[in-house]
Amino acid sequence: MIRFEAVSKHYPGGVQGLSNISLDIRSGELIVLRGHSGAGKSTLLKLIPALERPSAGRVLLNGQDVGRLPPGAVPYLRRSLGLVMQESRLLFDRTVFDNVQLPLIIAGLPPKEAAKRTEAALERVGLREFARAMPITLSGGEQQRAAIARAIVNRPSIVIADEPTAHLDADYANEISALFCSFNAAGVTLIVATHDDHLFATRAPRRIELSHGKLLS
Amino acid sequence: MTNWLALHFAALRHAARRLARTPLGTALSALVVAIALLLPALGYVLADSVAQLASSLSGQPEISIFMEMNADSAQTQNVAAKLRGDPGVSALRFVPRNEALQALASDASFGDVAATLGNNPLPDAYVITPRSDSGAEFERLRDSVSKLPGVAHVQLDTEWVQRLAALVALGRLSIAILAALLGIALVIVTFNTIRLQILTQRQEIGVSLLLGATRPWVRRPFLYFGALQGALGGLLAWALLLIILELIRAPTQQLADAYGIPLMLSNPGTLETLALIALAGALGWLGAALSVRRHLHDRLVTD
Repeated sequence: MIRFEAVSKHYPGGVQGLSNISLDIRSGELIVLRGHSGAGKSTLLKLIPALERPSAGRVLLNGQDVGRLPPGAVPYLRRSLGLVMQESRLLFDRTVFDNVQLPLIIAGLPPKEAAKRTEAALERVGLREFARAMPITLSGGEQQRAAIARAIVNRPSIVIADEPTAHLDADYANEISALFCSFNAAGVTLIVATHDDHLFATRAPRRIELSHGKLLS
Repeated sequence: MTNWLALHFAALRHAARRLARTPLGTALSALVVAIALLLPALGYVLADSVAQLASSLSGQPEISIFMEMNADSAQTQNVAAKLRGDPGVSALRFVPRNEALQALASDASFGDVAATLGNNPLPDAYVITPRSDSGAEFERLRDSVSKLPGVAHVQLDTEWVQRLAALVALGRLSIAILAALLGIALVIVTFNTIRLQILTQRQEIGVSLLLGATRPWVRRPFLYFGALQGALGGLLAWALLLIILELIRAPTQQLADAYGIPLMLSNPGTLETLALIALAGALGWLGAALSVRRHLHDRLVTD
């Protein structure tokens, strides 16, 4: 489903993000990317939705080289993925419902269908009663759940999460972990970068270790 | 097609919401645009009124030929014969000096003056209507008639109207230059407003791009914002123009009446009003497009 072929990423100033990474991720897998800060986890994740382009090698998504996609095709690639960042990146000038609905508005779904799917996504993450609330009134864990609802509202087959529990306490982190596990159980391919060794411990995920931009395992 | 229209309608609604969210800022920006448009719009209305005056006064152009006071009847008849034989003359009218004095005496403005005159100081005259209204033909007729014996003076009756028309043309050109300069100012105002909009909405832009928004999808609300702001300014300019015209109408009428000039200040018509609003909207769109091209590109690159 996702294939990294001898992928390297260099940043200006000689900083090495990734070095000769080759990796296959199969459909429905739960992948946990581990490594210290600056190991290259975020860089690796950013290559999949073409937030970064590889300096060498290829990143293939369902056989398509995402690094060579024309700029006009990149938005459509991103619509097929669910992205969860370290910060929730919710828009604080609109309700939780409007935040979650945004990907559907961008995709041009009819309003009724968009509303139905948004409600379903909020239900899925347990935030239905907060639909009309402003994000600022939510706790950190609730904000991150709203961000997850926004990531899955388009019903993506792949969800990419970069340190989704970094700013959360253990209870909230477990909630998020359980949520991700339920998506994976439903067949969603999940790639999560995290520092937390205990995250997904019960699910026995495939763990991939990165250090200084290189694969260790 | 339906989807394309829906996307544009959504962008328009989004832009309208943004304008409504900051009513004071929107009102102030619209006022700046309105003031920039008001000056050339008012100039246009004034120039149009003066042009209509010049057009209504010019009517059928005529040439007056005044004979010398001591011209004899043979010379007068010779002039008439020459004029009748000229293919450039459409109509010829003889005004004897006695008839001219009677006409002067019957004029309310000059009646008293005529009564004080001992002898009739007015000469015999011919009034001709040229077949063509071209300036060259007028010149030819004037030159050929003025050489005839017994002719003292040839006067083109529409000369002052032509001068007025030239003044109106100059006025219109000045207004066009002023409008162009203020149009550029309007574009700059919108350019800066949109720059600030992009800065304040950088998070929304970044998130939208992350969620799969295309560049046109991100750009579109800013373009509609600029167009709506311009159109609002145009509407406000139209309202201010009507108020100003209403305020100056009576004093202008008094001044025109004092000079005996039939000057009428007319309000802009429906087409002119729509053109003003559409032009303002188009300039707003242009300012927004330039700003988006410059500043959104920076954001898209950095995100």
